[in-house]
Amino acid sequence: MIGAVKRRLNSANFADERAGEMVASRSFWADAGRRFLRNRMAVFSVGMLSVLVLFAIFGNLFSRWSFEEIDWNVLGRIKQDGGPSLENGHWFGVDELGRDLYARVVQGTRTSLLVGFIAGPVSVILGATLGALSGYYGGRFDRTVLGAYTIWLAIPYIIFFVVWQAFFGRSMSQMILVIILVNWTAGLLIVRGQVMMLKNREFVDAARMLGMSDLAIIFRHLAPNVLWVVVIYTSLVIPEVIMMESLVSFLGVGIQEPNTSLGALLSEGASTMTFGTLWQLGFPAAIFVLAQVSLFYIGDGLRDALDPKER
Amino acid sequence: MLNYTLRRLLMVIPTLLILVIFAFYLMRLAPGGPFTSERPLPPAVMANVLERYGMDEPLYVQLWTYIKNIICCFDFGPSFAQKDRTVNDVIAQGFPVTLTYGFWSAVFVLALGVPLGIIAALRHNGFWDYTMTGLAIFSQIFPNFVLAPLLVLLFTLSWGLLPGGGWNGGQWQYIVMPAIALGTSYMASVARLTRGSMLEVLGSPYIRTARAKGLPERTIILRHALKPALLPTLTYMGPVFVYMITGSVFVDVFFSTGGIGQDFIDGAYSRDYSILLGLAILYAVLTFALTLAVDLLYAWIDPKVRAGLS
Repeated sequence: MIGAVKRRLNSANFADERAGEMVASRSFWADAGRRFLRNRMAVFSVGMLSVLVLFAIFGNLFSRWSFEEIDWNVLGRIKQDGGPSLENGHWFGVDELGRDLYARVVQGTRTSLLVGFIAGPVSVILGATLGALSGYYGGRFDRTVLGAYTIWLAIPYIIFFVVWQAFFGRSMSQMILVIILVNWTAGLLIVRGQVMMLKNREFVDAARMLGMSDLAIIFRHLAPNVLWVVVIYTSLVIPEVIMMESLVSFLGVGIQEPNTSLGALLSEGASTMTFGTLWQLGFPAAIFVLAQVSLFYIGDGLRDALDPKER
Repeated sequence: MLNYTLRRLLMVIPTLLILVIFAFYLMRLAPGGPFTSERPLPPAVMANVLERYGMDEPLYVQLWTYIKNIICCFDFGPSFAQKDRTVNDVIAQGFPVTLTYGFWSAVFVLALGVPLGIIAALRHNGFWDYTMTGLAIFSQIFPNFVLAPLLVLLFTLSWGLLPGGGWNGGQWQYIVMPAIALGTSYMASVARLTRGSMLEVLGSPYIRTARAKGLPERTIILRHALKPALLPTLTYMGPVFVYMITGSVFVDVFFSTGGIGQDFIDGAYSRDYSILLGLAILYAVLTFALTLAVDLLYAWIDPKVRAGLS
């Protein structure tokens, strides 16, 4: 052990190696990236999630059926002939109405991931911006935002969500919009706290003395310093949003047929499981769980890599 | 303390007002209504129906009448879709059901979550600790709407032990699965939280002093460590109740318990304005009441918090 260290210290290119290491970027993000890559489960989960994304985008290429086509050959004999089979091209079997479940799962995964990856980040950006503004300005604006926040938390979101969905259309864009509205508080408090702490630091004073405007200070100088919080929070909100969407779809006020989402498929599968067509529950459930597992471990890895408290 | 309670109670009024006004206008702005059907009613009949329910007046007048009736006579109006029933009837029928299994679910969360957390902390890095971590991850990945079908699959379809839905006057067999489906994920969070704070307390100097005095381990844990370790768990129960109220909508629908969640979803489909508003108010009041109760309990237990309030 000691011998190895000595050998390394005395080796001809040791000085060059060290210098190279120092010159190479050791920024916070490079450091965090290195820590994240060391977390095997997180890296594996990124791979798993990528496979799911590819499945959602290109899965249709391997399907012999479209997601709304009814296979009249198996309709009425779904319990006997509707199961997963390689012969008739229904890799995952068919659903209750004789439509190809594989194509529908691809479609549902696409919907759920799209909703999660659009609505999640957008609502965190919204919440974080509000939090940064209210932390920076303080005073009446801060009190108003906090008051609205408290009131909002006291109302179970499901009320708002279900009523909105049932009354105003059931399209994907509506779904994304309402999720953003429901989640506007995401990350608000924590970013507000961070900004309140940072705004008294010297570099902010310096920027102000240079004559920068408040908004420029917030978005140029404070934003990079709270970015890690936003990234962690986004990784927590995305699976939560996917879950929200699935819950609402399960309740029957999700995206309009024939389009579908993982929650809607789960709901259909759960309603037919008494008839013994378990694949209708199993495949959507497996994909859903896979997505949640990988998002969970990615979030975990990001937290370990970015949060200074975890180091 | 009294001051604080009053201030919190006063907060309820504007919040409920905002909720009612917002929900009222949101619903009315949407196209369609409780009386639109595939075969439209003749205009004369429609006018009569609208008049009967007071819907021919301008919106703000209707809103005013609605709020006035609630304040003066606790009258939440008639249901639009369910003939001959008032909102009060619907709530009186469905709410006890939701409350019953909600209560048992909370009991399940605390009775299992807290001991599990304590054991995991005492056996740090042991079998129970890992079991609990596994459970925590499991509950994150299997939310109630995935867990509930799995429960039915196991307990009803495979083993035939429990009925897969219904209520039957609240016999215990009908309560078990709704309570478990509603509570599991919060049970795991409670366990994780208890474990964390217990570990922290066990590492603190006064526990070392107690050990140095030679107190038996039992006394140290039950007498000295338990109470402070449970404080974070207690604060967490506030949000847990809120989430459980949210989750109960799903449980009512999935297990056909006949609770208010089903009425809520049906109301959303049939544009039953009064049912939706009434239930929204009920959910919000429930949220307030439970969070306030938890906060007061917290102040009662923790002298530091109590001092901060007054």
